[in-house]
Formats: sequence, C-alpha cells, structure tokens
Amino acid sequence: MSELTYPTLRQRPLDPPDEAIRLREQAPMHRMTYADGHVGWLVTGYAAARAVLAHPDFSTRPELMHPPIPARRLVERDQFKVPPGFFLRMDAPEHTKYRKLLTGQFTVRRMKLLEPRIAEITEACLDEMAAAGGPVDLVQAFALPIPSLVICELLGVPYEDRAQFQEDSKLLVSLETKVEEAVAALGRVMAYLYGLIARKRAEPADDLLGGLIEGGELNDDELAGIAFLLLVAGHETTANMLGLGTYALLTNPAQLAAMRDDPAVVDNGVEELLRYLTIIHLGPFRTALTDVEIDGNLVKKGETVAIHLPTANRDPSRFAGGDELDLARPAGGHLTFGHGIHQCLGQQLARAEMRLAYPALLRRFPGLRLAVTPEEVPMRSDMTIYGVHRLPVTW
Amino acid sequence: MEIKADTTVCIGAGMCALTVPAVFDQSEEEGTVLLLQQVPPEDLEDAVRRAVTLCPSGAISIA
Repeated sequence: MSELTYPTLRQRPLDPPDEAIRLREQAPMHRMTYADGHVGWLVTGYAAARAVLAHPDFSTRPELMHPPIPARRLVERDQFKVPPGFFLRMDAPEHTKYRKLLTGQFTVRRMKLLEPRIAEITEACLDEMAAAGGPVDLVQAFALPIPSLVICELLGVPYEDRAQFQEDSKLLVSLETKVEEAVAALGRVMAYLYGLIARKRAEPADDLLGGLIEGGELNDDELAGIAFLLLVAGHETTANMLGLGTYALLTNPAQLAAMRDDPAVVDNGVEELLRYLTIIHLGPFRTALTDVEIDGNLVKKGETVAIHLPTANRDPSRFAGGDELDLARPAGGHLTFGHGIHQCLGQQLARAEMRLAYPALLRRFPGLRLAVTPEEVPMRSDMTIYGVHRLPVTW
Repeated sequence: MEIKADTTVCIGAGMCALTVPAVFDQSEEEGTVLLLQQVPPEDLEDAVRRAVTLCPSGAISIA
C-alpha cells in the first residue's frame, strides 16, 4: 500500500478530492506522510477538525511544522521566516497582542458602517461591466476589484499601486511557486509596504495603518508584517469566494434564483456558499506542543496535523446531505473561517462584501450566464486558495 | 439562563454579535465581547445557545 499524502486532486470542480472523501468515510483521522518523510496526521472529520483548531496545545508556528507537499518544503521551514507582526503564524500570548490591536477595526458594527461604501464600489464595477458589454472575465471585472478596493481603502494602501502586489500575492499562494520566486515576491511586497509606512509616518493618514502608526505600539517591521497579512488575506479570499460562488450559482440555477429573488435567503445563503465551497485548498496545519488526544487518537508532541477543510465541511455527521448546495440549509458552524483563536479576523468584512455583491450582480444582470462551457472554466487547483482563474460571463 | 463572558479569552471574531445582536455587542476599542443583557429573554435562549457553540475561543458560556 502506498503512503498517504495530502489530497489536492479534484475530480469535480466543486467537490473535495474523492480520495479525501473516501478517507473521511473510513475514519476522521489518518496517518499521513509529509514531504520530508515525517509521519503526522490528516484530519477529514468535522468534529476532529474543530477539536484540533480549538486546542491550545496545537501550535501554528511554521518552524515546528513539517511540509505537507514538496513545494512547501523549504518555504515553510527555513527560508520563509515569519515576518514580525505576521500574527497568523504566532501562538498566544504573542498572537494576542497583535490581534487585540486590530479586532476593534473589524467588529460587526464597524463593518456595518462600511456597507454603503461597499455597495458604491460594487455598483461602480457593475456600471463598468454594463458599459463594456459581455462577455467579460468576472474575476477581473467584479470578483477581484471589490475586495481589493475595500481592503486598500481600509488599510490606506493606494489602489493605483495594486498591479504589482496583486501579482506577488498570487505568486505567494500558488502551490507551484519556487522557493526563490516566493522569497523574491515577499521581498517586493515588504519593500513596498516599508515605503508606504515611511510615507505615512511623514504624513499622518486617517486609515487603519495610519491609526496603528499613531498608536505608537508597533515598530516598522511589525507594521509591515501586519499590513502584509491583511493585504494578502484581503485579496485572496473574498475575491475567490465571489468568483467561485458565482460559478456555483450559475451551474445551480434554482439556487441562483433564490439568491437573486429572495432577500431573506441572502445571509444564510452566503454561509452555505462558504461551507459548500470551502476555498481553503491546503491546510490549515498545526503541530502538537504536547501529547494530545483527539477523537481517540494520540497525537504525539512534535507531530504535524493537516486539516482537510473542504472535506470536514461536508461531513454528513454535521451537515446532512452536505454534498448538495442548499442556500436554505442551516450552514452556521462551518469551519471555512477556521475555529479557535486564529479564526479569521476579517470574516465580518468578507460577509458584508458577499451579502452585498452576489445579489447586486444577479439583480443587475438577470440573464447572467457562462460565456464558455462549465468544463472550460479554469479552476485554481494549483493554489492554496481554491477558486476560478477566470470566469467568462455574458448576459 | 445567565450568560458569562470572558474578555481575556475573547478574540473579537464577532460571531456572538452577528448571531444575537440584542444580547451581544463588541467593545469599540478591542472588539471584545460586551454583554447587553446578562439574562436573555426566553425567546432568545436558543439563539444564545447557538452563539455559544459558534464562539471560536470559548469566551462565552451559559449557566
């Protein structure tokens, strides 16, 4: 029998890999061989995934983690050091210090106040699409610019500068980027952010970065690390949810009609799209700091655990009939934003963007349809964040 | 039902405020949980239970 490695090959564009589903049907946890020969774990069950993510004895630090796939071998462990301020890969209490400086900026209430501006940005994208006429690539016309503009305005990053960091951000989440390329891309983004921080120190600005500078608790290295994290996270996540979500709706016409015509469906419908699509294509990963028992299995100190989120979010013991997209199902409790202390900081922003953008798109273009066959849409199987590379649509 | 909230554990994800805005809010400064009502009305008890399950950091509990 061959050794188990992390399953990334999908047989159908909207479903997790068959291999991962088969594994979940056998057991919620399996031994898995990592790219450096380490024998750790793969979690495919919902309850076990949630237990690992909530457990304080699992670390997120990259230097403890064994590489799950060959391309990540050096990137994760040696050359790709965690920048200061990159709190996603820190444990408590270091993590807590940074997160607490930011949570006030991403509360439900703050995001509510942003809604008119998000709606304005969305309408401007739709106006441009209407003026250009179909077919257009919905990723470039809609899915990417909305979250990109919003996160740039929130952070205080000039939107005119986006071309380079969008390109570098893409390189950093690709599974195929070579170590040297990733290091170079990271270097370019960081150099840009250091320059931006210097300009903001000279000319105080009323935005998130300006506020953090004024707070005086962070040095430039920490500020650049935080800005990097928020910028990449703000680009690669909602953009892919908007692109892949629209593809999912276009290929499920009854669900599309519900999202378009019934305002009462929208909030839960967004949760269901988050659950059903689970765009996290690789990971998350944790390493045990002590021996920990999860679901009757002993995870020994130093062992790395890979969580297969798309499969866990389809676990029939938590979401009955979970392989169907059903915008009316109670979809709360999905793990797409993670669980535990690292649960997505920007999740309320992402929700606000999606709740406005999907219905606005579908109402503006009631005849929206794919301009190619569903099979011709290029999927992001080669990225850590799943989605569509391009989505040609017309109306 | 009585709700307890621990702001030292809270990470400000906002799931409680999203789920039951009549009972939970978030502080302006740190975004951590604020209890608007310690004893929720009966018709909100189910929603409060749901918020407790959704909380990623275990910051809210009920007694």
